[in-house]
Amino acid sequence: MTLRFDIPRENFADILVKAFTNRSFLAGFVITVLVAAVAIVSFFWTPFDVTRLIIADKTQAPSPAHWFGTDHFGRDILSMIMVGARNSIAVALVAVGIGMGIGVPLGAFAAARGGIVDEAVMRLNDLVFAFPALLSAIMITAIFGPGALNAIIAIGIFNIPVFARVARAGALAIWPREFILAARAAGKGRTLITLEHVLPNIVTLLLVQGTIQFALGILAEAGLSYVGLGTQPPMPSWGRMLFDAQTRMVAAPWMAIFPGMAIVVTVLGLNLLGDGIADILDPKSRRQR
Amino acid sequence: MTVYLLKRLAIALITLVLASMVVFAVLEIIPGDPARLMLGLNASADQVELLRNQMGLNAPLAARYLHWAGGLLSLDFGRSYTYSVPVIELVRERVVVSLPLALIALALSTIIAIPVGLFSAGRHGRAGDTIAMGAAQLGVAVPNFWFALMLIYLFAVWLRLVPAGGFPGWSAGVWPALKSLVLPAIALALPQAAILARVTRSALIEVLNEDYIRTARAKGLPYRAVLWRHALRNAMIPVLTILGLQFAFLLAGTIIIENVFYLPGLGRLVFQAITQRDLIVVESVVMLLVAAVIAVNLLVDLSYAVVDPRLRSRQ
Repeated sequence: MTLRFDIPRENFADILVKAFTNRSFLAGFVITVLVAAVAIVSFFWTPFDVTRLIIADKTQAPSPAHWFGTDHFGRDILSMIMVGARNSIAVALVAVGIGMGIGVPLGAFAAARGGIVDEAVMRLNDLVFAFPALLSAIMITAIFGPGALNAIIAIGIFNIPVFARVARAGALAIWPREFILAARAAGKGRTLITLEHVLPNIVTLLLVQGTIQFALGILAEAGLSYVGLGTQPPMPSWGRMLFDAQTRMVAAPWMAIFPGMAIVVTVLGLNLLGDGIADILDPKSRRQR
Repeated sequence: MTVYLLKRLAIALITLVLASMVVFAVLEIIPGDPARLMLGLNASADQVELLRNQMGLNAPLAARYLHWAGGLLSLDFGRSYTYSVPVIELVRERVVVSLPLALIALALSTIIAIPVGLFSAGRHGRAGDTIAMGAAQLGVAVPNFWFALMLIYLFAVWLRLVPAGGFPGWSAGVWPALKSLVLPAIALALPQAAILARVTRSALIEVLNEDYIRTARAKGLPYRAVLWRHALRNAMIPVLTILGLQFAFLLAGTIIIENVFYLPGLGRLVFQAITQRDLIVVESVVMLLVAAVIAVNLLVDLSYAVVDPRLRSRQ
């Protein structure tokens, strides 16, 4: 499929120059790449094996051997954070994929058809919006028992109406434009116009919303794992590490401090990246959240 | 105006009915027989069948839904499988913890966020704005339950100013009860305040570019008066929208935060119910929270009409 841009495109070099002079983008980009790199490296190498429990080394304070200390089973916190990164990223990424994959077509379809179809899609949206991810996760866990898949489904479901709304609002702003009229005069159908003219023009909006939802997904996954509805041990996850740390706050505060900072840095990086993209590609639409 | 209100009300009711169907359907597809769960493994098939009839489990699907939904309307959620008391009693005991917590957090986040938003918008692009928004950017990234752990470490473990967890109950006096809600409320409120401050600021900046703001300035009104009287009011719509959405997140957040502070609220109730497979309690609490989210969003819709006269005059 060829995507044709109807709005004059800036050339790629200009965008690159803008990107690397935008502080928000630059900081977000560096942090995000670092976190992703850490996650990838964890597949091949971690300072210590996270599956081996060495009780003799339990709850050691940060030291040259264990930079972030060890947990109550003697596992290296840094290694667990590295493995936890890929878990967080995977859950959030798939959840954004579900939200975009279902939400964007729904929203674009609602905008293209209008009338009763639009109304029906929006009411469906209201319905899903009434179930915060945590409530969906609680219900799914009540049926199938806990697991990482629940977290993905619950967060993914909550992402659907978010993307449907953004896609619909974006598409509604494009439809009255002259070039759409021209396309219709040329005899193109609604589906073809949506694919060729509407979607390419709302890609920025979707990209920015994608980074927001990615960041929210990481927070949500941590929250769900923390209360035991998400990733299950022994798979290390940031939320679960915080749960283990809770009862050991006095004896081993590092068990809580470092996984939490990993979450903060990751989410901060994604949010900065999203802000930056919004600034670079469309200076008018300051991101609102 | 009336048409707008009626339409919003109708939408809220339809959403509520659909949501109750979803929750009921989930209850239906859950494997396991509640009657057998209540009687234990040694019960005979006859006993189970008798109880199934008593509990109305053998009635047709539609009849059971209507019976269940009818019960909800009169606040009869059924009986807990494990505690053998009406679910509403369990809920009543817990809601006096969760609801005040959510409301205090909501109030706290609004009290912090609106002035910060005003401050930042008033100094748009200057150092004060950059610092405030940098802090907000950081606040958005902090998970509330981790923030809660850090607060416990600082204020309860180190400084010993407040209890690290637990709830004495309102019968122990308002002050001790409030004292044990302070840290949970702050933990919930600050990350939400960060989001709200950003929204308030960007809504204000947008409004400040409008012609009528220039007119107000041109007729000699001082900047602060313009900011408060003209700009803030017009910026309220996006702020209210986010406030409504935030209430949903606050309720969900309450469930998690209660686990950090060992507060006997709805969140603790729901997690105990999950481990004990007391599904009627799980469904009731979920339904209650969903209803609360829908109700708050309806309130937000209605408040648009109060804030924005244009909506009032339009039909």
